[in-house]
Amino acid sequence: MLEELLPNVYWEDIIEATKETLYMTSISVLATFFIGILLGLVLFLTGKGNMWENRVINSIMSAIVNIFRSIPFLILIVLLIPFTKLLVGSMIGENAALPALIIGAAPFYARMVEIGLREIDKGVIEAAKSMGAKTSTIIWKVLLPESMPALISGITVTSIALVGYTAMAGVIGAGGLGNLAYLDGYQRNHNDVTLVATIVILIIVFIIQIIGDVITSKLDKR
Amino acid sequence: MITLTKVSKLFRTGKGSSDTIKAVNNVNVEINKGEIFGIIGYSGAGKSTLIRMLNGLETPTEGSVVVADKEISKIKGAKLRKARQEISMIFQHFNLLWSRTVQENISFPLEIAGVSKNERIKRVNELIKLVGLEGREKAYPSQLSGGQKQRVGIARALANNPKVLLCDEATSALDPQTTDSILELLVDINKRLGLTIVLITHEMHVIRKICHRVAVMENGQVVEQGPVLEVFKNPKEQMTKRFVQQVTEPEETKETMEHLLERYPAGKVIQLTFVGDHAESPLITKLVRNFELDVNIVQGKISQTRSGSYGTLFIHLDGNEDEMLRAIEFIKAQHVGVEVMTHA
Repeated sequence: MLEELLPNVYWEDIIEATKETLYMTSISVLATFFIGILLGLVLFLTGKGNMWENRVINSIMSAIVNIFRSIPFLILIVLLIPFTKLLVGSMIGENAALPALIIGAAPFYARMVEIGLREIDKGVIEAAKSMGAKTSTIIWKVLLPESMPALISGITVTSIALVGYTAMAGVIGAGGLGNLAYLDGYQRNHNDVTLVATIVILIIVFIIQIIGDVITSKLDKR
Repeated sequence: MITLTKVSKLFRTGKGSSDTIKAVNNVNVEINKGEIFGIIGYSGAGKSTLIRMLNGLETPTEGSVVVADKEISKIKGAKLRKARQEISMIFQHFNLLWSRTVQENISFPLEIAGVSKNERIKRVNELIKLVGLEGREKAYPSQLSGGQKQRVGIARALANNPKVLLCDEATSALDPQTTDSILELLVDINKRLGLTIVLITHEMHVIRKICHRVAVMENGQVVEQGPVLEVFKNPKEQMTKRFVQQVTEPEETKETMEHLLERYPAGKVIQLTFVGDHAESPLITKLVRNFELDVNIVQGKISQTRSGSYGTLFIHLDGNEDEMLRAIEFIKAQHVGVEVMTHA
């Protein structure tokens, strides 16, 4: 019956495309998580009244983050083609999408990290200082644990955005469900393929949201 | 133990050279080992800035701060961090890590000091007993009451066996009963561990209850300092008088006074001030026995300080004018302060 309803859907293709999407999403989420936290920490620590207060570095970082956050993702991919070719050696396939995905998402996440860090009670940081803590101790034992729920809910939102980005990257040849929906669904007018690809993407998004929510509520002892 | 010499702190408020606020202005204070020293002042008096200079969270613009033989105002980096382990601090809003349990919070300064895991567990258990938090080891701060949170704060502050404990409005966020229990705990650790305690507060009640000596701050300056009972007996500055009134005068004294003077147009309403041992002498009995007067007790209050009691008593005297004057002379001879109340 399923074959009659969805005559053009080849499940092997769907599974293959899903794997590609999951691969691109998970690698880019991981990289975004670490790079974003790093950038967010620098943004926070060089900010006014903080441990590494430095207006020059802070303004430069802030500008870079804002610029990359503002470029529409599709344009960013095109802009990054030479860079991608240099790095991956090709502009086709899942790996070719990764640089653009990470560069597009990390600044976005860095801002969320910065906001999460700013919400930490200043008094707690002061208390750690009064105990004689080094900056590295404050980062590892105060800033990161105390902002962890915000960091997790931020990466959840970013991951969902990244699933969307992988679909866009698919259009210009990165593979995955977006690629399938575009080539098979749109170009060949197979609406059933587009529908199935959409449903699979929705399922991925819901799963990410649920995982994120569960972890956040587990971590939050406030 | 602590010496502040000509300490000043300027804060810039703008770009111009004159856009500054002198938060602390030429303060000289000497605090002895094992002493509980109180600094009282209203918000903005500079007491928060002053106490933060004792552990280097603020650096003075001028002057020197020496704590436990270390010039805190000069040292930096690793040396300052090491020194801070001997000068711990508790806070008005407790400043606990919400992501850590009670025992993990208390363990935090030990982790900073590089104490081994086994040692940490042992020390944390001792501290939990010391502050009376048995059974709450695994609780998170959000599950504790204000008083319990401050107990965690105190245990955390004592973890590395400090020489000095700084209390930044440590009881200001607590209700009166909890305040008293925390103050008792502070007195207890002061006696047991010989710890020097410096506390800042805006409540004279706190000073009266646990401090040996007090400094009164106004506009960045210490306007008066001395042993608590001395300051209570003889407040020189207007600011000090206001703080002393907080604890010695019953509430709404002024209104009551007006009312009394109207109610007893005959005779005199007298305010008696007792300090130290005299606070407990049977003055009223003597008065009634020795003079042909009607004595009527209107209202009164006695406060305990660390080194004696201090009290005020309002009485109404009625009788022969000469007899009343003789009675007042007699009271004065008993080392009791006398003030005849008149309409304000």
